[in-house]
This record gives sequence, structure tokens and C-alpha cells, in this order.
Amino acid sequence: MNVIDLDRATIQVGGRNVLSDISLSIGAGEFVGVLGPNGSGKTTLMRALLGLLQPSGGGVRVFGRPPQRGNPQIGYMPQVRTVLPDLRVRGLDVIASSVNGERWGLPTLAAADRRMIQDTLAAVGALDLAERPMAEMSGGERQRLLLAQSLIGAPRLLLLDEPLISLDASHQEMVIDLVHGFSRERGITVLFSAHELNQLLGFLDRVLYLGRGQAALGTVEEVVTAPVLSRLYGTEIDVVHADGHIFVMSRGHNVERAVHLHEEDHAHSHQHDSGHVSI
Amino acid sequence: MFQYEFMINAFAAAGIVAAVSGMVGFFLVMRGQTFAGHALSHIGFAGATGAGLMGIAPIWGLLGFTLAAGVGMGMLGERISNRDVAIGVVLALALGFGLLFLHYYTSFATQATAILFGNVLAVDRAMIAVLAGLAVLTLAALAVIMRPLVFATLQPELAEAKGVSLRLVSTAFLAIVALAVSECAQIVGVLLVFTLMVGPPAAAQAVTSGLWRGLALSAGLALAEAWLGITLAYYTDWPVSFCIAVLSALTYFVLIATPQRRGRSKVESLAEQQIS
Repeated sequence: MNVIDLDRATIQVGGRNVLSDISLSIGAGEFVGVLGPNGSGKTTLMRALLGLLQPSGGGVRVFGRPPQRGNPQIGYMPQVRTVLPDLRVRGLDVIASSVNGERWGLPTLAAADRRMIQDTLAAVGALDLAERPMAEMSGGERQRLLLAQSLIGAPRLLLLDEPLISLDASHQEMVIDLVHGFSRERGITVLFSAHELNQLLGFLDRVLYLGRGQAALGTVEEVVTAPVLSRLYGTEIDVVHADGHIFVMSRGHNVERAVHLHEEDHAHSHQHDSGHVSI
Repeated sequence: MFQYEFMINAFAAAGIVAAVSGMVGFFLVMRGQTFAGHALSHIGFAGATGAGLMGIAPIWGLLGFTLAAGVGMGMLGERISNRDVAIGVVLALALGFGLLFLHYYTSFATQATAILFGNVLAVDRAMIAVLAGLAVLTLAALAVIMRPLVFATLQPELAEAKGVSLRLVSTAFLAIVALAVSECAQIVGVLLVFTLMVGPPAAAQAVTSGLWRGLALSAGLALAEAWLGITLAYYTDWPVSFCIAVLSALTYFVLIATPQRRGRSKVESLAEQQIS
């Protein structure tokens, strides 16, 4: 059985077709990079898989069923990660809040939950972060903690929305290594959205490129080509291979890098806007 | 000072209210919604004076207005209830109405001071019973929503994906804040609810990083400030609310100025010790 099935799915945000008429299937244990320019629907796709957005046409299925909010088989790391700057709540309490956090009552943890959190923290090497306030952590430490959180409860599908944003190169490598390792070890399907392809090269089973409402899913060699990307970007794109790296260029500019810089600005200025809608 | 019944009543009432304010305020500060709490108390002023105009005890007017406003803010959603300008406009409007009600009921002026600045020494047994009942209701409601409230506060995006209704939690919480504000206003007045609902929790959050420890410290600080404030007022003859306000501000500034060591890694603290 496929983990994700989209059958001619159209998904709208604010009356606009962000994804239109998309069909694709992703199988168990696949590590899929989700790429594409800003507004191409990377977050929208994940929100649809989580059941936060309903398709306006076609069908979306996750583990063979229409998506439903609160599916314990899905681990999720949102792109907009609210960090309240003055809040000195320790890391352990932050991630513990997500364990059965949707239930009513007092936020107590059963011994089994506690052990599960400890084990997951140990697995990503984040045990030392448990007692430290989230607001005082570096970007890399915070990401490691949130990655651990998304793995709690042994999910079968991980949706990681821009987990590399505002991380330096060594921390980006660490996050990719961790996720890739988990995916292989436990057979977890991963959708990993990113702005740059190069760090992910060599780890990806397939790449899902989104643009102008359309999608292309395949191996890097199949998808990251001038004709496919020109169609998705709606402008003439050159794909330059150099020294084991791939550069996606438009009129001599590196498309991914420009987008990436812009996105970092964006992430900072909207850090506290919890009503923020990303596409 | 405990030979006077009014002092015993004052300690009982202030104790009940401080514990509730410290705990509800803890989440108010954590969510960054202190301005909404401030606004609710001002809206409560219109309710209290309006109730006076109709010959009802002010607390019921306070409760009615703050609850309606709290639920209203919650239903409008996070985006509106966190908008300072919208809240400020409604707050000013409510104060204006409070003034209008006072204008038509001039003999009410002495009680107006009590509503604005509190009068804990005038609390009687009946009021203590009302406050105790409200306190039980407030804390019970808080206990019911606490788990999703913490989740929705710390990680709203994830909470939504996991099936938490952010709007429901936010509305329920603001209703709880409305109850706490109404109780708190009986002790320190609508203008000074910050002294018990914001000062102690903010101070507690500055020195703790554990959820339960912070909550307990917040309630403890509020209780200590309220009781010490009354004691100080008894011996100095200064107004109680003034004494509590001073203690609250002092505690806050002392604790946020305290350098933080807890929660750091041992290596870091060791390194620091070696350097110093």
C-alpha cells in the first residue's frame, strides 16, 4: 500500500488553486525532497496531508484513507515555529506538551510517555537540551529538539517543512543525516521540503518539484532538468551540473539561492505572527 | 492584627484571589496576552458601575461584562484578540461607558474608588463565599483545558495539526481570565489587576523553566505579596492596593535582574566558575 496517494487533487488556499489536478504516489520508506519556488505549494501539500486543508477536487489519501487531523502515524515539523522570546520554558516541557496535547485535563505524563520522550531525545542526541529553556537555544539545537518531537510516538510518515531554514551548513548536514538515518532504520516515509537541492543530493530517493500549481515527481535525474523546471517555473531555466552540484539558473541567476535569502528575511520578520499563512 | 474580623476576612479573601490570579496569570503571561487581561478588567469597570446603577452588587456586573468580552474576543480569533489597537479602542469605549454610568449615579462615587483600586478591608463573609465559589470554578475550568492550552500556547501550528481547536481553547481561556479578573478586582481593583495577575507570573517565569515549578512559584509569589501587602498596610496605614503594587513591582524587578544559571549545562557553569 502506498503511504501517500494524490488522485487529480486540487487544493485551494484563499480561492487560489495552489495545487491543481495533481496525481502522484509515494511508497513506504521513501525519502522525498520537496522543492519549488515560494508559493509553489510545499506547505499547502503538507497541510492537505495533515487534514488541515480539504481538496476542492480529486482525492487525497494517506495510508489509504482521507487525511484526518491528529493522525498519530504522522510526525510533523511546521515551517512557522513559534518561539516566544521571553518564555523560559525548558525543552522537555515544550516537546512533552505535544504528547497527547489534544486531550483535555492536566498535562501529566505517564511513565511510558516519559520513557518514549527520553528514548527519542537520546536517539537524536538531544538529551542535554531537555532542561534548557527553548528561547536560549541556538537554531540548530532547537531544530534537533523539534525533530525529536516529530519522531515521538513512532510515526510512519514524517512531514518536515523547511527543517533547514536559518541553519548553518554543518547543522543542515546534521539534520539531513539524522532524518535520513531514521528513514532508513525504521522505514519511515519522509517528505522533506527545502529551498536548495544540493545538500540533499545523494540522500533522496526521489524529488517532488512543485511550481505554478503543477508537480513533477521522480529521481533527481528525471526531474531536475531544463525542460521540466522551465515548465514548473514558467520561465526559461538552465540546469547546470558542476563538481557534483546542481545549480538551477534563470538568466544567469541562481534561482534557489535568491529564494532562500528572501525566505530567511521573511521568517524573521514574521516570527511572532501566529496567524501567518504560508503556502 | 488577627483580633479584628475584617483583617481575618481580608487575609482569607486575598489568599483565595491571589492563588487564582497567580495561576491564571501564569498562562496569560505565557501566551503574551496580558494586554487582553488588562482590557478585560477595564471592560469590567463599565460592568461594575452599570450594576451599581441598577442596584446590583458590582461583582455581578463585572463578571457579566468581562465574561461576555472574554468570550467575544476568543470567538473573533487569535488575530483580533491579539491586536493591541482593536483591544485598546474597546477598552477606552468601556471606560467611557463606565464614566457615563457613574455620571447618572453620583452617590456611587465612593464605591467607584473601591472598584477602581479595590477595598479588601471591606470584604465580608458573604463575599468570601462568593470568591471561594468562583475560585473553585475558575481552577476547575483551568484544570480541564490546561493540557491543550499549554500545547496551543507553545506550538500553535503543531497543535492545530494534532487536532486541537485553537479557537475553542483560546475562547475558554479568555473566559477563565474573565473570571479571574473579576475576582482579582475585588481585592486590588480593576486598575491594579496587573499587580497580582501579571507581576508574580512574570517574575516566576524569569527564574524557572519548568512548567509546574513556575506555576507553583507564581501562585506562591502572588499569595506572599497579597498577605505581606495587607500586613504592611495594617502597620503603616497606607492603602492595601498600594502596598501590594509596590511588593509586586519590587519582586518582579529583583527577579528579572537575577542572573540566570539554572538550566544551563554543567560544563558551561563549570567553565564560568573557573573563569571567575
